Amino acid sequence: MPADPLIVLSGVNKHFGQLHVLKDIELTVGRGEVVVVIGPSGSGKSTLCRAINRLEPVQAGTITVDGQPLPAEGRALARLRADVGMVFQSFNLFAHRTVLDNVMLAPLKVRRRGKAEAERKARELLDRVGLLAHAGKLPAQLSGGQQQRVAIARALAMDPKAMLFDEPTSALDPEMINEVLEVMQQLAEEGMTMVVVTHEMGFARSAADRVVFMADGQIIEDRVPEDFFTDPRTDRARDFLSKILHH
Amino acid sequence: MSVLTDNFSLYGKGLWGTVQLTLLAGALALAVGVLIAGFRVSPVKALRVFGTVWVTVLRNTPLTLLFFAVLLGLPRFGVVLPFMVFAVLALGAYTSAFICEAVRAGINTVPLGQGEAARSLGMTFGQTLSLVVLPQAARSVIPPIGSTLIALAKNSAIAGSFSVTELLGTYKPLNELGYGIVWTFVWIAVGYLIVTLSIAGIFGLLERRFGVAR
Ligand SMILES: Nc1ncnc2c1ncn2[C@@H]1O[C@H](COP(=O)(O)OP(=O)(O)OP(=O)(O)O)[C@@H](O)[C@H]1O
Ligand SMILES: [Mg+2]
Repeated sequence: MPADPLIVLSGVNKHFGQLHVLKDIELTVGRGEVVVVIGPSGSGKSTLCRAINRLEPVQAGTITVDGQPLPAEGRALARLRADVGMVFQSFNLFAHRTVLDNVMLAPLKVRRRGKAEAERKARELLDRVGLLAHAGKLPAQLSGGQQQRVAIARALAMDPKAMLFDEPTSALDPEMINEVLEVMQQLAEEGMTMVVVTHEMGFARSAADRVVFMADGQIIEDRVPEDFFTDPRTDRARDFLSKILHH
Repeated sequence: MSVLTDNFSLYGKGLWGTVQLTLLAGALALAVGVLIAGFRVSPVKALRVFGTVWVTVLRNTPLTLLFFAVLLGLPRFGVVLPFMVFAVLALGAYTSAFICEAVRAGINTVPLGQGEAARSLGMTFGQTLSLVVLPQAARSVIPPIGSTLIALAKNSAIAGSFSVTELLGTYKPLNELGYGIVWTFVWIAVGYLIVTLSIAGIFGLLERRFGVAR
């Protein structure tokens, strides 16, 4: 149990109709911790990630972020979401806005920062992900890797307490994966609290404090990466690892 | 031929009436239609139900019946307004149902991920809709809204039967003055064409303006 818990899921259950996708999830993510979630397709990784900022409502259990239970819909929930950044597999940059506007929009409208301050911060973040030169472009004019780095900058612009990543590199061509992983690696080193759904085992080994293995909506293992990769306790995990590591 | 030149001011007044009805009812329909479309996609069940009822009732009521309902119904509740205002209310409410459905169809063309990204950044439902979803829906919504407003311009003729000055109604005095029915109607048709082609032109420009983005 981490000393200073930031995200706590307790007894979380989620159904899609008949389908039981999250089963009695217990998960605590400490401040500054990086937790990588892996598992076979359909095991509920995305649903878990989305439940943490309530893009998916859950039917039972409690989810707290920095001690605050997630409110139902409405302004209180919006406020809480502003503190948790999310990066999607399909980037989801606002297609009608420039790169700079994408990064500035929420600080302006949600945090109600001044225009000059929001722009200064946005440029700083774009510089940091190596895309300042593309500030005036529309998302469609960028490569996938570039779009995903903008998406990370957009989430960081809100000064989130934690960041959620749902397979951030799965939609990318192989040569673009590293540029995104490098940004994430750097974030991890700076002490950002992160929950990362990914199949990038190199990232899990080098950046994660813990690896959570999910299957059929349950957390089956929750371990230090080195232990998990060298000595998985369950057959499910061993089976899964042999499949993804051997191709 | 002389029917136009002899009665220019009568035609002019009729045409102006039609333009006024179209502009005012159109503005009302756009405002209400977009609002109700927002209701129909909102997370609040009561709003969604209200939106569905609004659209279902108005879209399935004959416009003439709606005119009777407004003109005869509202005064019973002590609401007494000029006929022109009643006509704008009836036309605007009726047309709002069609605008709403066009906007809702446009909202559905915007990928779900756009709204999710907005919400994950802490935007409220209203901000998500107005800053992210509607601007992207605009492009696909412009052509059907143009068609809906053209229909509105023509539908405004019904107001003539309820003592509102508009273009079609000018045939009555002209007929009494003994002018031939054919030319009277030809010039009335030309008047409607001016209105509807102007709407088509404006929406063509808007489509070009918003079509280039992305
Ligand atoms: N909106 C939805 N409606 C119904 N079922 C859903 C919905 N979203 C996900 N599911 C189902 O819930 C289960 C878990 O889905 P989830 O997306 O969380 O899996 P995942 O572990 O992220 O898989 P992947 O690796 O393929 O992304 C799957 O069986 C999926 O089909
Ligand atoms: Mg997934």
